[in-house]
Amino acid sequence: MAIKKTTPTKVGFFQSLASAPSTDEFIKGLWRENPTFVQVLGMCPTLAVTNSLTNALAMGLATAFVLVASNGLISSLRNFIPKQVRIATYILIIATFVTLIDYGIQATSVSLHKSLGAFISLIVVTFASKNSIGLSLLDGLGMGLGFTFALSCLGALREIMGNGSLLNFPIFGPAYQEWVVMILPAGGFLPSPFGYFFLML
Amino acid sequence: MKDQTLQIRTSPHLKRPMATNTIMLHVVLSLIPVMAFAVYSFGITALLLITTTTAACVATEYLLNGKERGKQNIKDWSAVLTGVLLALTLPPGFPLWMAFVGGMIAIALGKFVFGGLGQNLFNPALVGRAMLQAAFPVAITTWTETLVNGRFSHIIPSSLTIPFLEPIKADAVSGATPLSAFKFDKVSTEIQDLAFGFTSGSLGETCAFLIVIGGVYLGVRKMLNWRIPVGILGTVATLTTILYLSDPVTYPSPWMMLFSGGLMLGAVYMATDMVSSPLSTIGIWIYSFVIGLLVVLIRIWGGLPEGVMYAILFGNALAPILDKSIPHRIYGMSSKNQNKNRA
Repeated sequence: MAIKKTTPTKVGFFQSLASAPSTDEFIKGLWRENPTFVQVLGMCPTLAVTNSLTNALAMGLATAFVLVASNGLISSLRNFIPKQVRIATYILIIATFVTLIDYGIQATSVSLHKSLGAFISLIVVTFASKNSIGLSLLDGLGMGLGFTFALSCLGALREIMGNGSLLNFPIFGPAYQEWVVMILPAGGFLPSPFGYFFLML
Repeated sequence: MKDQTLQIRTSPHLKRPMATNTIMLHVVLSLIPVMAFAVYSFGITALLLITTTTAACVATEYLLNGKERGKQNIKDWSAVLTGVLLALTLPPGFPLWMAFVGGMIAIALGKFVFGGLGQNLFNPALVGRAMLQAAFPVAITTWTETLVNGRFSHIIPSSLTIPFLEPIKADAVSGATPLSAFKFDKVSTEIQDLAFGFTSGSLGETCAFLIVIGGVYLGVRKMLNWRIPVGILGTVATLTTILYLSDPVTYPSPWMMLFSGGLMLGAVYMATDMVSSPLSTIGIWIYSFVIGLLVVLIRIWGGLPEGVMYAILFGNALAPILDKSIPHRIYGMSSKNQNKNRA
């Protein structure tokens, strides 16, 4: 995460908040080091599950939960874990939370579990933090919510274009022409050039 | 160019009088018979469709060019050519708003993402069509009959669909294209109907005869590389002749394969795009063989009745690899030194 910090010219509300190290740890995941838009991490679930807002929100919140919980636990245990089994222990801890959320989703909604598929189990491929407990929690929360935010943007756009609905509620009426490609996995690549040209015009 | 200032630049200093805009203009001119025939057979709707895609392409090119580089090359006819080619690959009753979206995507996604004129990896018109095919699969395979009475006074209703709404379900008889008729119903079409365009299909693909004339004109003027259409059509002809001789019932005749669908238009006008085809002669032969092979594979064993678009896009994707792996003569170097200087 060696992204150079730019000095803000005008100190606004968010910048003054961000000057405190703890809030900065939180804010950076939301925007400046957003896992999807800036770091381009986790593109596989991004392409696969953002075909509707429901899926995107569920995936993002599940990831946020796992990140916060595992970051907290790992940073509290970091002084007790021997170096030799560090990665194995981390994965064990993360996998515990992933299994927890996996069963949780399966218990609440089978159809949601089916559409998210293997990508819930793949949350286990996250990273562990070496900071103190408080900072790790904030980092996990920021990253998780940033991921949720990015997925929700893509999910909303793709569901509106590809299905004419939002959260399964039709918003354009029955005569709307669906853009079928937007809800196919390939449609996940399309919002980025659209956004690029939108910004240019 | 009437520059009075001293210009310092690297070689080549000698220029052929044929500039980009001359070539593009001639390609557009050679398409005029094809467009005229499309308007003759599908009526006023075809004219509207061609105008719409061309306007979309030119407008997008103008906007993006002005913003991105501060330099306009709108006068070089390349956007017009993309718009015309895109329209010629669409079915006659295609909703105009979708055609407009397709034109915008062709220029934006097919050309400007890669850096504008001369940088595109794929043929922009085909990128636009591929996107339309993926986004609106039903509308793009809804064909209308050719030579309908009253085609010059009435617009096909589905063309004038309100933007972002589903096309109006036409009560007119929808005509199957020769390829889909063969694929799904095993009905062959008469060869003279195919060659002279009395079949249903996309705007520009029906009259193979006029496309060949345009291609021969451009080939004689050296504005397209004759090896590409010859290679593609030769591959398709050879492969289908073998198949046809082995089992004339299951496989279509080579004449039908050559003159139906978008093969002629694709081989003459799309695969020959100077930017997205390979540079070396050997590369060009491999490129055209691969496209021809893919056309036969997709048409005969694939799920879709027509595969020229995907075949050419795949060939375009192959072109940079062919250029990298096959040494080609670099302009202004003797053949002895060029391999040394290639790296």
